[in-house]
Amino acid sequence: MNSPDPASSSMKGFPRKDGRKGIRNVVAVAYLVECAHHVSRLIVQRSGADDVHLIGFPGCYPNKYSLEMMQRLCTHPNVGAVLLVSLGCEGFNREQLRKHIAASGRQVDLLVIQQSGGTTRTLNAGLDVVRRMRAELAKQAQVPMALNELIVGTVCGGSDGTSGITANPAVGRCFDWLIENDAACIFEETGELIGCERIMASRAVTPELGREIEACVDKAANYYRIMGYGSFAPGNAEGGLTTLEEKSMGAYSKSGSSPIRGLIKPGDVPPRGGLYLLDVVPDGEPRFGFPNISDNAEIVELIACGSHLILFTTGRGSVVGSAISPVIKVCANPDTYERMADDMDVNAGRILHGAELDDVGREIFDLVQRVAAGELSKSEALGHQEFILTYKQFEPIGPACLPAA
Amino acid sequence: MSGNGSGSDQLPPLLLLHPDDNILVARRDIAAGERVELDGESFLIPAAVELGHKLARRALTAETRVLKYGAPIGSMKTAAARGEHVHLHNLRSDYIPSTTRDGGTDAH
Repeated sequence: MNSPDPASSSMKGFPRKDGRKGIRNVVAVAYLVECAHHVSRLIVQRSGADDVHLIGFPGCYPNKYSLEMMQRLCTHPNVGAVLLVSLGCEGFNREQLRKHIAASGRQVDLLVIQQSGGTTRTLNAGLDVVRRMRAELAKQAQVPMALNELIVGTVCGGSDGTSGITANPAVGRCFDWLIENDAACIFEETGELIGCERIMASRAVTPELGREIEACVDKAANYYRIMGYGSFAPGNAEGGLTTLEEKSMGAYSKSGSSPIRGLIKPGDVPPRGGLYLLDVVPDGEPRFGFPNISDNAEIVELIACGSHLILFTTGRGSVVGSAISPVIKVCANPDTYERMADDMDVNAGRILHGAELDDVGREIFDLVQRVAAGELSKSEALGHQEFILTYKQFEPIGPACLPAA
Repeated sequence: MSGNGSGSDQLPPLLLLHPDDNILVARRDIAAGERVELDGESFLIPAAVELGHKLARRALTAETRVLKYGAPIGSMKTAAARGEHVHLHNLRSDYIPSTTRDGGTDAH
């Protein structure tokens, strides 16, 4: 099947100072330690607005990765304004984060609970700030946006024996067509690609990049061995998957068939269109526990890399969405779809009943453009705005990871 | 995958994902005693298999590399007869053991 015609004429974005465009105009309320979480959540809930999202970092100890992630997330193109909420004594470098957001041209405000006078005063001040920010954002005009300005990430969760046959290859077709239109597409979880390292390396645009990809999967295998568990949940086995490498082969098909143009780490934004692999496994000796403790940690990292929206494939049936970027659910298993249709945007399981892979891929490709144009995904309409960010450490990527054109 | 979208009942219940594979995948739940076509022959399914699970395409001896999508997905811990369920009880990872909720693994 030839590449379907894009319908991108309907896509519009909110222009940002760095040249990127957002498909949403969210006010992010960010807690900078768990102790500020409740007050931040109250501000979000009592604002009564669907476009006010809660994000944050729970730890009290400073961490370079979490600061960089929060900088990336708070200046993500889907974010229009940010309210930072600090308790006051935590280690997070709130002034650097505030300056970084202000330099991006966004509205930013900082409330320190210990200085504001406690829960109620901070809540009331926060509601005033959010009201003012939303009024400003409402004045902002949208401009036309093309597919080559879009970044799409993909993740799988609750995989089963159908995932690698239906939803994942269908997303792969969609990725191929997005990339033909010069969009950037990101796939990830090197720990869930153990067993695919040589095949992936052969798709790299340079041999040096191929070697980097093999090395990063080796790193993931070593890391997970030390953790004592592979990225393999009991539900994967209940759904017919037996081994990590079997799950990997299914997950890998989300990447489609385009050449792999780069290997990036959380917070690295693809410099241009094409397919990118995101290395989510920390560098150095294992230090802070499992690389990603649940699916939303992976989604947050894809968003930190600039993903405007996320294609989430699921066999057992996940219901999650995300703060900041819409999540589109592609259901792999036709029985799960029957049970959970309200949560699923696409029924890829119908491939098992005779539907063509290309037709499902086309449906996903069209839906990506509609959601980018403002249509709400199912999880978005249901109010799912999950978010999780934990401690990690990374070294910057090497020169071989992003070969020049 | 081929198909015209009409009448999934007429579609073969077992999928061969790659010609090199030595396992087949259940396209739907298959009952014990159901008669299916296996490589052109009529075959009686010995035990129920759920959607997405795997069956031995032919008799597999212990230590046989299992191929799915034409790629290795682990090695047999014990032998399996033709048509037998291939899962945690007889297949193990060549990388990191899989774990179940009760703490069991696919390792020896």
